[in-house]
Amino acid sequence: MTDKLDKTPSGPADAAPEQVPPDIIRAIPVRHYGRWVSAVLVVAVLGALGYAFAQGNVRWATVTDKLFDSSILTGLWHTVLISVVSMAVGLALGVLFAVMRLSKNPVTSSVAWLYIWFFRGTPVYVQLLIWFNLALIFPILNLGFYKDYMTAVMTPFLAALLGLGLNEGAYMAEIVRAGIQSVDEGQTEASHALGMTQMQTMRRVVLPQSMRVIIPPTGNEFINMLKTSSLVVAVQYQDLLRSAQDVAATSFAVMEMLFVASIWYLALTSVFSVGQYYLERRFARGSLRALPPTPLERIKSNLLSLSNWRR
Amino acid sequence: MTAQPMVKAEGVHKSFGPAHILKGIDLEVAEGEVFCLIGPSGSGKSTFLRCINHLEQINAGRLYVDGDLVGYRQKGDKLYELKDSEVALKRRDIGMVFQRFNLFPHMTAVENVMEAPVQVKRESKAVARERALKLLDRVGLADKAGNYPSQLSGGQQQRVAIARALAMQPKLMLFDEPTSALDPELVGDVLDVMRGLAEDGMTMIVVTHEMGFAREVGDSLVFMDDGVVVEAGNPRDVLTNPQHDRTKSFLSKVL
Repeated sequence: MTDKLDKTPSGPADAAPEQVPPDIIRAIPVRHYGRWVSAVLVVAVLGALGYAFAQGNVRWATVTDKLFDSSILTGLWHTVLISVVSMAVGLALGVLFAVMRLSKNPVTSSVAWLYIWFFRGTPVYVQLLIWFNLALIFPILNLGFYKDYMTAVMTPFLAALLGLGLNEGAYMAEIVRAGIQSVDEGQTEASHALGMTQMQTMRRVVLPQSMRVIIPPTGNEFINMLKTSSLVVAVQYQDLLRSAQDVAATSFAVMEMLFVASIWYLALTSVFSVGQYYLERRFARGSLRALPPTPLERIKSNLLSLSNWRR
Repeated sequence: MTAQPMVKAEGVHKSFGPAHILKGIDLEVAEGEVFCLIGPSGSGKSTFLRCINHLEQINAGRLYVDGDLVGYRQKGDKLYELKDSEVALKRRDIGMVFQRFNLFPHMTAVENVMEAPVQVKRESKAVARERALKLLDRVGLADKAGNYPSQLSGGQQQRVAIARALAMQPKLMLFDEPTSALDPELVGDVLDVMRGLAEDGMTMIVVTHEMGFAREVGDSLVFMDDGVVVEAGNPRDVLTNPQHDRTKSFLSKVL
């Protein structure tokens, strides 16, 4: 502080003799007693919570034992698989229905509206059960070229995929539509004025800019999907939660296995959050004068500010 | 000057729903001419400009660019709407500069200028980049080629926008109040670039509030009010010796 202020008033040479160094302010800093009190309180609550879990009847050895159990890892793989595939289906349907919703054709736009209305308006748990029990009303699936018993076609995986994917499509349609509409009309006009066609304008000008609006909620949707996929227990799909429950049923370690599942869900969501962050950075090009710091840079600056915390 | 006008309007009308914006515009713009459109806001001058490259569709009358009907094809006495791709083809030859610049924010300055030649004319990136850099140099921004629009001042953005339009080697340039969104001290740079273009013989239609520019650079001037052409002529005559009362009262407010 001091040397900075000393440097600035160096005026022109002929005005020098009258220069008096400025009187640097040395005030007593405000004491933030509130901060100390709240910090002590929070640490006390955390300590109590930790003590409670240490006293609780938790077999931590079982948690670490079963964390890499082969059936747990299989369930983990299934959770990742159904989430990724359902999200892919949701994205594809989302783009399709967003474009239909924005089209000038009243039939396609009403159908898109109806789709979104239905799949967003009913709980995903109910939708999963409907797909799973479809054989009750259509015992035989007949597509003309293909005919089979519905129970043979509607495997737990397919029921889970249809339930999660179609539901996700309705949410993604609204996200994509918002993204497309967020791009200023002047961009489309400028692109058209240069002689670019509708398709070129969409692909080169509108979609790249709408990605900035689309990606953050899509990342949210994906993290939600990782967790919502635990509902597929309802359709007998062998996901992470169901594997954990199966192990719990034989080992009587109910809470321990739920902890194991939680640890894996946290690990998955953390990994994908980091991925989302870097994706957002990539599409922020041009919209910000300077890109935001990466998490590592931010941790560094946070640690620095923590050491200056008392000021 | 050639016999065929670059732009010819015959009784052009345009309405947005119940709002009748253009009420029969007749005018001609010769090749190589700097044609200035002035008038109060809401007089329809920007709308008319947007009709020329078919960003707006006219409701009545005929509008020709370089002898071709804008937006339609005439067979016998029937008019057929042009397909989107045909409209896009016509727009290649008409450059447009907007009041709000409308640069593509996710591309650098040089990428903005290269975009249309590469995408529309299928030029190779190397060729397009070379010409883009020359154009940026021409508008005085050779050192800003790698900057994104958000890193440029308004005047710099508008000059990139002019370079972007020139990259398509248009035969006609439309300027829609190119300096109205700029800080006063940045207006001069943009006008200098436009003056240079005029000296090179570019046909330009300029909607503007810069009376000084109109007087110095303009070859013709039209004063529009309430959707009609009120007065037209040589800019120096119209600006110094307006005949019509509405022109007089407008000029007394802006000069």
